[in-house]
Amino acid sequence: MNLINLCRIAYRSLNRNKLRSFLTMLGIIIGVASVIAMLAIGEGSNQTIQKSIASLGTNSIFIYPGTNTNGGVRGGAGSNQTLKLEDADAIAAHCDLVKYVTPIVQRRSQLIYGPKNWNSMIMGIRNDYLLIRSLSVVKGSVFTEVDQRTAAKVCLVGVTVVFNLFGDEDFNPIGEIIRINSIPVKIVGVLAKMGQNTFGQDQDDIVLAPFFTVQKRMMISTDHIGSILASGKSELQVVDAVDQITGLLREKHKIAPSDDLDFTVRTQSEISNIFGSITKVMTILLASIAGISLLVGGIGIMNIMLVSVTERTREIGIRMAIGARGRDVLLQFVIESILISVVGGIIGIAVGILASKTVAIFGGWPVVITATSIALSFGFSSAIGLFFGWYPARKAAALNPIDALRYE
Amino acid sequence: MADDITLITVKDLTKTYTTGSVQVLALKAVSLTIVKGEFLAIMGASGSGKSTFMNIIGCLDSPTSGTYFMEGKDVLTQDRDELAALRNKKLGFVFQSFNLLPRTSAQENVELPLLYNNTVAAADREQKAIAALQSVGLGDRLAAMPNELSGGQQQRVAIARALVNEPIIVMADEPTGNLDSKTSYEIMEIFQKLNDKGITIVMVTHEPDIAQFAKTNIIFKDGRIIANEQVASRKNATEELQLIAKLSDEKSTT
Repeated sequence: MNLINLCRIAYRSLNRNKLRSFLTMLGIIIGVASVIAMLAIGEGSNQTIQKSIASLGTNSIFIYPGTNTNGGVRGGAGSNQTLKLEDADAIAAHCDLVKYVTPIVQRRSQLIYGPKNWNSMIMGIRNDYLLIRSLSVVKGSVFTEVDQRTAAKVCLVGVTVVFNLFGDEDFNPIGEIIRINSIPVKIVGVLAKMGQNTFGQDQDDIVLAPFFTVQKRMMISTDHIGSILASGKSELQVVDAVDQITGLLREKHKIAPSDDLDFTVRTQSEISNIFGSITKVMTILLASIAGISLLVGGIGIMNIMLVSVTERTREIGIRMAIGARGRDVLLQFVIESILISVVGGIIGIAVGILASKTVAIFGGWPVVITATSIALSFGFSSAIGLFFGWYPARKAAALNPIDALRYE
Repeated sequence: MADDITLITVKDLTKTYTTGSVQVLALKAVSLTIVKGEFLAIMGASGSGKSTFMNIIGCLDSPTSGTYFMEGKDVLTQDRDELAALRNKKLGFVFQSFNLLPRTSAQENVELPLLYNNTVAAADREQKAIAALQSVGLGDRLAAMPNELSGGQQQRVAIARALVNEPIIVMADEPTGNLDSKTSYEIMEIFQKLNDKGITIVMVTHEPDIAQFAKTNIIFKDGRIIANEQVASRKNATEELQLIAKLSDEKSTT
């Protein structure tokens, strides 16, 4: 029996029963499309969450001053001023598990450029800050060592600031002088757009200046700093780095082992732990959705395959009576199943992608279509289609022709 | 003489059906020889074993015991694939209920046995199918679906399908069972013409007048052949049809 003839037979057979072929295909289309769309939507949400966690900086360690207690009234975290610049320098010098470290001073100030003004956050930082937060400069350049040392009147601005002071996000403000608290400061660079963070805060509404520029020229107290931002050498060493920093600062601040610390050390991992549990829920959710979709799709395919092959037992009998061998019949059904599975699978993939994009466009929901979801749904549906096309056909082909012919 | 060449020899064929704990003996040691060019009508009441016998010599079913030689070759030792090839190339089947593939044109139905026959080139397929349909008088209904055809026409498509691979034997299981007498005679006319060309025909029927068109009648009863005789006054289907035509002409003119 040559394969071309069998393909012709299978094609004629599918073409003859367009509705049945379409219904069978529909099972596969829906099975594949739903798995792809569900996983795309789920994976999109998952990655969005993960990305916004990662945008806080990798391996970051936050050091805040402790709380202030005054007459029994306890202030919140950071209400005390216990951190100094030398703490940051000591961490940089002594903690070998720490890669980058920067002191931070910050305050909200009014920015003025010509007739326009805008209130924004001014942060005094060292260049390490950009490395820890993975920030980059799209226009201009970062601060030089001289800028840092001499408290130069220079700054980097976010795009929200550019928009509000110059009226256009794409305006090139390099070299323009703005006034911060009446101090003229030259813009030397524009930060790459970061968008909103997880909590909806606009991360582009910011002005960065060299640490001393802010501390010495703009702050009332020049002794203390707001916080320290550091990063561990690797994610695995963050916990050990925290121990090193805590030990060092405890010694420097002369705190007895029994006393409370006058500073707080938090790590990115603690923050991401909260989100980690969210991610875990998402993963379980995704797996359940995928599993249920596959199961439902698979049962649909199985049903229609079983029914359509069983109702064709008589046809199998006719074919055998006129000279089809068992394997001709079997091969015909397998070819039909392959055609249905492949065509249905491809349509299903297209429908799934389309549905995902539709959700993305109209629902404003991020979707990520993964190759895994396509492979999983396509592979599973095809396997089910093939098996349940093959199995009843094999049973029918093993009958005596007369029994298949008499089958009701 | 062609009549003397033995085509089929069966000896002591038995067939037992087991339904639950009950054993039914459908055939009890049936022996028969069919010569080339024979037109055999197998008769008998229902349950007499005639259909079982024909299904076995048509290689659609296998006997419980016995021997079966076709053209000197042992059929019962052949495997399923060899039997399929045998059915494809040497046998043609015509069933009572036609057994055409639904929603498939007459031509495609007739092409079907050719698709399972490797020795027929794809280029010849269409022409062979058309020729077969023309030989049964359906050259103008090639694209018709079975449900657009009358019972007689469907049976003629089935006969064309049986003939398309140029078989040596045509097996017909109550071919006229679902047809009126005039259409039955038309089918018999086709069978007699085929038989005149040298094709052996084995036909099961329970209608005695249809059996009169055959050369030999065999009667089954309770799984045994109880009679095997030449038809004394064999009817000619063409003449019968002319007679019917004449009768209806007279009816319409008076």
